[in-house]
Amino acid sequence: MSESYQTRECDVLVVGAGGAGLRAAIAAAEAGCSTLVVSKSLLGKAHTVMAEGGIAAGLANLDTPDSWEVHFADTMLGGQLINNWRMVDLYSREVIDRVYELERWGGLFDRTDDGLIMQRAFGAHSWKRLCHVGDRTGLELIRTLQDRMVHTAGTDVLMECTLTRLLTHGDRVCGAFGYLRNSGELIVIRAGAVVMASGGWGRMFRYTSNSWEGTGDGAAMAYEAGAELQDMEFVQFHPTGMIWPPGARGILVTEAVRGEGGILRNSEGERFMERYDPVKKDLSSRDVVARSIYKEVVAGRGSPHGGAFLDIASRRSAADIRRRLPSMCDQFEALAGVDISKEPMEVGPTIHYTMGGIRVDAETAASTVPGLYAAGEAAAGLHGANRLGGNSLGDILVFGRRAGEAAADAAKGRGAKPAVSKKQLADAEAAVLLPLAHDLGEKAENSYILHRALQEAMQDDAGIGRSEESLNRALTAIGELTERSKRMRAGGGRVLNPGWHTCHDVSSMLTISEAIVRCAIARRESRGSQWRFDFPDRDAHLGQINLVARKRGGAMKVEERALALMPDEVVTRLARSRFFDPVALPSHYAGKVAAPSSEAH
Amino acid sequence: MAAAAPQPGGGPPQQGDGPPTPESGLTGETITLRVFKGQPGGEMGYATYEVPEVTQMVVLDAVHWVQRNGDSDLACRWNCKAGKCGSCSAEVNGHPVLMCKTRIDTLPRGPVTVQPMKSFPLIKDLVTDVSRNYETNKLIPPFTAAPDDGTPWRIQQMDLDRLYEHRRCIECFLCQDVCHVNRNHDLSARFFGPRFFVRAASLEMHPKDILDRRDLLRDAGGLGYCNITKCCTEVCPELIHITDNAIIPLKERVADAHWDPVQWVARKLRGRRAKVGAG
Repeated sequence: MSESYQTRECDVLVVGAGGAGLRAAIAAAEAGCSTLVVSKSLLGKAHTVMAEGGIAAGLANLDTPDSWEVHFADTMLGGQLINNWRMVDLYSREVIDRVYELERWGGLFDRTDDGLIMQRAFGAHSWKRLCHVGDRTGLELIRTLQDRMVHTAGTDVLMECTLTRLLTHGDRVCGAFGYLRNSGELIVIRAGAVVMASGGWGRMFRYTSNSWEGTGDGAAMAYEAGAELQDMEFVQFHPTGMIWPPGARGILVTEAVRGEGGILRNSEGERFMERYDPVKKDLSSRDVVARSIYKEVVAGRGSPHGGAFLDIASRRSAADIRRRLPSMCDQFEALAGVDISKEPMEVGPTIHYTMGGIRVDAETAASTVPGLYAAGEAAAGLHGANRLGGNSLGDILVFGRRAGEAAADAAKGRGAKPAVSKKQLADAEAAVLLPLAHDLGEKAENSYILHRALQEAMQDDAGIGRSEESLNRALTAIGELTERSKRMRAGGGRVLNPGWHTCHDVSSMLTISEAIVRCAIARRESRGSQWRFDFPDRDAHLGQINLVARKRGGAMKVEERALALMPDEVVTRLARSRFFDPVALPSHYAGKVAAPSSEAH
Repeated sequence: MAAAAPQPGGGPPQQGDGPPTPESGLTGETITLRVFKGQPGGEMGYATYEVPEVTQMVVLDAVHWVQRNGDSDLACRWNCKAGKCGSCSAEVNGHPVLMCKTRIDTLPRGPVTVQPMKSFPLIKDLVTDVSRNYETNKLIPPFTAAPDDGTPWRIQQMDLDRLYEHRRCIECFLCQDVCHVNRNHDLSARFFGPRFFVRAASLEMHPKDILDRRDLLRDAGGLGYCNITKCCTEVCPELIHITDNAIIPLKERVADAHWDPVQWVARKLRGRRAKVGAG
């Protein structure tokens, strides 16, 4: 190292302070480990705060036929059966406990007349299942966990710190390297185990509901350390984002608007979802609704700014709308000057969530690299090809806890932290400081311009609909931008310099974009959020595998991993979903499910 | 089907790009933005930028335009840009606001001045050190239910309705910024401030919480310093009635605990709730 740097030591390092990170930290600390949570932003600002609709859990407080089994079935069917079924199994059972736990930690939920936790309908869930507080469930969840975490002995938080590299000892992850955003000081954190709870990535697309933090640093770091990234081709377009005014484009409009009765109309006033999905209609799964809006726009029936109309005003009373959707009312009033209790909203698809991420073991959330765990949006497996609304807040609670506990187990047996090789630190330092150091004159590249160019390429060529041709174009663009990114130069100093910070963000986003595009090329079929114009149908073989991207010999390779198939007893559960269609069952499961049970009607 | 079919996601360009057209939202006008720049120990002052105006743009859009088109190291904090995270607090034309919710077309015509929050130590440009808020939060004992209060809980909606208002807080700290106890009297070391009275109120009023934080609020919290000028309520972007629905009820509870003779007798007879933070 050419300069001094701060050092920290802990048993468990948790990267990210959203719901998954906070829940992991609580679990690790309760298991007796010193736990450090590192957050790119201030505490409580993580993207979890944006979640609106609720937490899906089979409490059956309103709809008595619901249960964890039906939740299991809906989640598997929503994910087009390429989910890790064991993750879905654990998830649908345990999320019930996690909801009650959150309540016992002070989290509020809306109530039924009987005083139980209220639940609302949501896309592709068989029954009313989403536990919520108005349309601000994420805020409630993160504030509750945040408060619980800071009052749990053994936890500490490092805010506004960007980590750029995982450090390894042998084949094992033993810490991380990064910088403090406010001072520019470098920092080395040595840890017995690392939980990657760094969330997803949307910022490489132009229109996204993600905050600036969604650059995929965590997954990129894990990839560089040898971890497998799975299901990267599956990027969720939320069907309803704001599309006007231009500055608000991409901002999320919660699915709860439709959950509370709102409907989509095209420019002719037609409720077009009745045509695309006569059963679930406006509450079809997100991939289907997003594609339907897209098709309406292409057919010339879009709204003035290229989307659809979302109408709740004619469906519920103004007072009801204000009470159930307070932050939507506020958002449209403040940003667009629209009173949603009187007029329809103009909405269109926005990049919202990434089903893919670090490949993990279902029980322990362990990645394929020893010492590295992953949970929440940074991990893959639970959601398969398409996530159902309400399953992300549950995901972060269930697997945040599991990752924290497993990481604590791993860290406890490890004793003294190994020394990190000087070369690793020197490399990491050189990479992060390069944009401030080198003098390239005319050849220097601006990180903002590269970011914008990447957004153009991904939005246009790797967006909601893709083809081999468009994806290859995106791949070429990513290759060129990766070359140019080596010449990024940031003016100014190291104290709070967003131009410099963006350089690292761009590097992470390029790695992740490459994984998205390479996997999307390899998946020559349409499934869930992956819509290939050139392969509009599902492929039998691709229905039995996940794709992973991993680093081999310095280059990214895409490989197939066979899905663990559901045992017969588990396949039978699928029939519990109201939306089960035996005809759609792939051949490898055919004949294993009896006719749908009576509850299905 | 053609690969290059138009994308709904590929519609109007973002602000600041290309010529003024109805799709781009560019109005053809420019906005004069005066932004505070500098850091302690260095040069400090205002930089002025001419920013192309886009329909209904917010102050944060203009700051981002500056970052992309000239001043890449201009520092501001932001996350969601949707009024939900409370990161982009600043003072626009002297008023504490969220930059992401402040539309420029609602401000008086003329230069728009953007400064960092005044009551917190400056780090750089529009970013201040708000860490003391997180220290204050650690002093407030968290939600605590009776261990034998079995799941599932039955709570009536009406018992929670008044808590929702408190729970809307997005921790933008604009109330902490504007409160004269901090801003003019610099008493933050002895004063939790409006944000944390809201937090304490949400705990004290929770039907399942068993702690009593009144002594803590009176002593370490400095609740008495608040003389209900309601400045905090005026700046709250979540429209929480901080003074009326959090601070005054807490003041009443503290008064009950210490000055009500009937309550005093009752306490002597039946004891009191678990107390925290006494003197």
